[in-house]
Amino acid sequence: MSDDTSLNLTRRQFLGTSSALAGLAIAPGVFLTKVAHAGDTEAATDKNRWGMLIDTSKCATGCNECVTACNKENGISGTHGPATDAQWIRKVTLTDKQTGYVQSLPLMCQHCANPPCVDVCPTGASMKRADGIVLVDKHICIGCRYCMMACPYKARSFIHEVLEEQKAVAPRGKGTVESCTMCVQRVDANRGEADKSKHVDPACVEACNASGHKAMWFGDLKDPDSEIATELKKHGGQQLRADLQLNTGVRYQGIT
Amino acid sequence: MQKPRYLELEGRSAGYYLLLVILGCFIAAGLAAFIYMEHEGHWVTRMNNQIVWGTPHVFAVFLIVAASGALNIASISSVFGRAIYKPLAPLSALLAMALLAGGLAILVLDLGRPERVVIAMTKYNFKSIFAWNMILYNGFFAIVLVYLWMMMERRFNKYSKVAGFFAFIWRLTLTTGTGSIFGFLVAREAYDAAILAPMFIVMSFAYGLAIFNIIVVAAYGWTQRDLGPAMLMKLRRLLGIFIAAALYFVVVYHLTNLYITQRHGIESFILLGTGEDIYMKVFWIGQILVGGVIPLLLVYAPRLQCRASLVLASVLVILGGLSQMYVTIIGGQAYPLEIFPGKTVTSSFSDGIINAYSPSLPEVMLGLAGVAIAFFLVVFAIKVLRILPQSLADRDVDPHYIAEKQTA
Repeated sequence: MSDDTSLNLTRRQFLGTSSALAGLAIAPGVFLTKVAHAGDTEAATDKNRWGMLIDTSKCATGCNECVTACNKENGISGTHGPATDAQWIRKVTLTDKQTGYVQSLPLMCQHCANPPCVDVCPTGASMKRADGIVLVDKHICIGCRYCMMACPYKARSFIHEVLEEQKAVAPRGKGTVESCTMCVQRVDANRGEADKSKHVDPACVEACNASGHKAMWFGDLKDPDSEIATELKKHGGQQLRADLQLNTGVRYQGIT
Repeated sequence: MQKPRYLELEGRSAGYYLLLVILGCFIAAGLAAFIYMEHEGHWVTRMNNQIVWGTPHVFAVFLIVAASGALNIASISSVFGRAIYKPLAPLSALLAMALLAGGLAILVLDLGRPERVVIAMTKYNFKSIFAWNMILYNGFFAIVLVYLWMMMERRFNKYSKVAGFFAFIWRLTLTTGTGSIFGFLVAREAYDAAILAPMFIVMSFAYGLAIFNIIVVAAYGWTQRDLGPAMLMKLRRLLGIFIAAALYFVVVYHLTNLYITQRHGIESFILLGTGEDIYMKVFWIGQILVGGVIPLLLVYAPRLQCRASLVLASVLVILGGLSQMYVTIIGGQAYPLEIFPGKTVTSSFSDGIINAYSPSLPEVMLGLAGVAIAFFLVVFAIKVLRILPQSLADRDVDPHYIAEKQTA
């Protein structure tokens, strides 16, 4: 009855074999995940402070490339109309009340060093990474919207409906709050790439450059040799609501 | 003065059960609204990315503020030693807890992720005034429950003064926390003012007492228990003082803003209106006239010293309170953020415009359910617990009446 015995595995053998099979089954997943997140192996540190600089004199009225690119990158699409749809970045047109001078600029989360949204969040879901990027931890956001009350730039959106076909790089969820992440997926991928020439900008900056306007810079404010730091040192940059002294990571030139 | 005798309601009449059924219907409707909003998402309401807190928050904050104020009668008796209020102290504590429960129920059911409410109690960001409030709300239940126990259990009566004092301090802190939810918001012109915390405290006195008055008059009227003129006079005068004090704070708040040029925009929006929005009308007619001036006349006019006028004044104070919350919470958000001073702003995200809002049915249903929860708890509790004094006749509660009788 050898056939019978071969089928009649002991409990230990069965557990051993099935564990090995299970290991084989999930190993590629684990391995691939590791490859995909090669840049994530190190935590963000305060050696960097990621920021943006926007030259409003180059920002064209009517151009919406940055908004379109952000929506595409992060899987944001309209559902129930402008009142409730999420907008991580928006184009704003300013007209001076005295002079009538008209200008245009993109407005998004300003990634404050002292963010009011982080101050008011009861659970700590609103948080600032060591490298200055302000994010929402979707796992512990309870959807109270206090951060939206607190943000001086109206940069946050609440997810008012069930979402489908989300992008893997930008998980979103009904009932939670979200805002510009400075395309954190790209920032983190850059960390795994030693060759700086291969670093990618956030989608909005990339699109602005591609359109030829070149009104947006992205980079490390703490790296004195970075293009953004050099430009800021040379021509300066202005914070929105500077009176609040939030030390924003996004700066503007040319608002007059 | 003899110890007050407390007695449960008989609670077997058709009227009693009808009241419970009506309140139950409101609660069921609110739960249905909650399920609808939770299932579909908040787009089915008229809250949006500009008006992020809507009608549910108007009701919720009103109830939470009123909860603190409802404890007033108990505080006046325990902390300030006014004997006449002592018989009503247990009802005051019960109502305080019930109103807080109703308000919190609305807040929780309106969350984007209500099932995560436990996270709000396990993960704290101690710089958040909301996180402080979680502790203050839970602590309020615990402290007032102990206070109520000390008052109801004869053996522990001697500790009720200490418990009452602690509850008094706690509820002042609680309403400071509620006012500071708005007071600490630097971004918006209508908020960012320390006066909001004491203003909310004074308003809480008026709102809580107004609800308390209605419950006392209704409970004693419907059960044919004695409610003497001395007690009614005390409640009436107290309400008058609180209404006047709340009006004083409103005047100081607006005068301060009117002095600051930066805030002329929001003041003009609330006080003068744009011609298209209702906030100016809700402020002047709802908050000031209906919630302040008319109740003051009803309370103090010599010819109107009757039970009906006290109830009417209390109802008007409640309507005025809801108006005040509407102006504060929704009006404060409707006014655009001043990100670019000196500029006219347009965008796809409602920058630079007065944000439109009107209450939707699910929001109103959820808000009313919170009110119904509070009243249901009170109506049920006074049947099963000895909360209501058997009599509030002058001979039983008024120390002056009793003293005069003894000297006569």
